[in-house]
Amino acid sequence: METNPTSDIRDPISASGGPLGAAVDWITDFGGVLIDWLIGLGDIAMFSLRTFGWLLGRLPRKETIIPNFYQIGVLSLPVVALTGTFIGMVLVVQSYVQFRSMHLEAKLGAVINMSLVRELGPVLAATMLAGRVGSAMAAELGTMRVTEQIDALVTMGANPIHYLVVPRFLGCLMLIPALTIMADFMGVAGAFFYAVYLLGIDSHHYLENSRHFVGNFDLFVGVFKSLFFGAAIAIIACYRGFNCNPGAEGVGRAATTAFVYSFVAILLLDLLLGIAMDGIYFALWPEAPKLF
Amino acid sequence: MVATATHISDSSGPLIQMEGVEIDFGRQRVLRDIDLTISRGKTLAVIGESGCGKTVLLKTIIGLLRPTRGLVRFDGRNLAELSERELTRQRIRFGFLFQQAALFDSMTIAQNIGFSLRQHTDKRVDEIRYIVLARLAEVGLPENILDKKPAELSGGMRKRVGLARALALEPEIMLYDEPTTGLDPIMSDVINELILSTRRQHPITSIVVTHDMRTAQKVADRVVMLYPLPRLRADEPQIIYDGPSDRIEQAADSRVSQFVRGEARERLMEMRQLNGR
Ligand SMILES: Nc1ncnc2c1ncn2[C@@H]1O[C@H](COP(=O)(O)OP(=O)(O)OP(=O)(O)O)[C@@H](O)[C@H]1O
Ligand SMILES: [Mg+2]
Repeated sequence: METNPTSDIRDPISASGGPLGAAVDWITDFGGVLIDWLIGLGDIAMFSLRTFGWLLGRLPRKETIIPNFYQIGVLSLPVVALTGTFIGMVLVVQSYVQFRSMHLEAKLGAVINMSLVRELGPVLAATMLAGRVGSAMAAELGTMRVTEQIDALVTMGANPIHYLVVPRFLGCLMLIPALTIMADFMGVAGAFFYAVYLLGIDSHHYLENSRHFVGNFDLFVGVFKSLFFGAAIAIIACYRGFNCNPGAEGVGRAATTAFVYSFVAILLLDLLLGIAMDGIYFALWPEAPKLF
Repeated sequence: MVATATHISDSSGPLIQMEGVEIDFGRQRVLRDIDLTISRGKTLAVIGESGCGKTVLLKTIIGLLRPTRGLVRFDGRNLAELSERELTRQRIRFGFLFQQAALFDSMTIAQNIGFSLRQHTDKRVDEIRYIVLARLAEVGLPENILDKKPAELSGGMRKRVGLARALALEPEIMLYDEPTTGLDPIMSDVINELILSTRRQHPITSIVVTHDMRTAQKVADRVVMLYPLPRLRADEPQIIYDGPSDRIEQAADSRVSQFVRGEARERLMEMRQLNGR
């Protein structure tokens, strides 16, 4: 509804022609894109702040929370469990040959479970959540925006952030740890099943190695990271929905961009948090066991 | 929150004042220099051809759109200066019927109509049910739709549910965006009577946007006619008629009387000229 202040300010310079003009055009275009980006970033930051503000105040009612929690948590479990199992088994298939050529099959448990618990479990659960729930939320809120339902909420004295965003945010934030643990568990179980029953790796060594190298801290790191993923998914999806362009096309775009942006955010956060958590880990336990 | 918005205001002055309001969407100007005063307890009809900015006008009054220039005063206070919380408190005093009804499609009809009762009062479930049933009866809808979703209703039924929802909290100010569009003549008159009877029950200030001259003349004390900006000279005011509803047919401005009588001849000529070029 508000007009975009950047769209109208380019005219005077771009009128100049020639190579210099082209360069100036390029710079102004680039500057325009950059400014749009910064405005978008500022906008989403404001959106997050308003959500956090409402989180500190009054919580939404049970009737608005429970359906969202059901959507986000319960209905996502099967798909997260399924992908978790397969990723565990795929990891074993992929690494078995290399590890056997070095006669390190028994270490397989440590490597696979470590990467599952620290990386793949959380990232996979978050990706599934972004795909299954994030884009659906963006489409739903986008439809509400386009059909003026969000305006109707406002006229009826309900704050749309409080009423629509906070329950979804809480749902993603509070249930993604459970989904992550589910992905971890099914991945570990799937890998164990494939390694021990199908490839015949000695189960005692497989488990002992895992126990030795994968600790509570690794589990904690994965679950801790997932909280950030969940928050990012909810904020991005709701923001895209709230700022949906008119029409069916706008709703479709809101859904796809919600997923793409969430996925990029997940990977970016994963990298940053991974670096930070490693720093913390080696500061806390300088003489931690090394794998090789 | 509070059941009835208690407020201190001088009850003599106008309820809503628009002063020099201008609304732009990007480069498109929709409203220009609108000065409009709406007195307490009166009903104002807003007419004008499709696309001239009637819906935009209503949304500006309730604060969904912010004027690019100028200001809207409600009860003497500038809307733009109110805090979010205060704005919410003032909005509860309004009922808004959206042109496309804007029902919450994840909720049943009963939940839609009872929404603001649940949000803003501590009424019990059975009390809310009672009010919902009463509102539903007022707009001439059967009880058996209560547990349906909006998608299962016809357009005209949705519109009437929207009306029931807007009236649920007994607002002091009702903004109707084309309340009778899409309804059969009998049902249109039922809605006209409803608008009139809500006025008799408690003092209510209303603005009715309509294309239906019968509605305008039946329910309104005063009519204003907006003219679309692109076809207006720069020095003309955008409100080309502002006066009592029963004398609009004798308006001096030929554009007004033609609109009221639904004569398209001049407009057709204008369109042919445009196409010819
Ligand atoms: N959100 C918006 N973004 C951009 N332009 C808009 C927006 N809303 C309305 N407009 C423009 O404002 C003008 C007036 O629209 P409005 O909906 O107020 O018309 P109206 O008088 O209610 O017409 P109708 O009788 O058909 O409902 C239109 O030209 C429309 O293109
Ligand atoms: Mg309209």
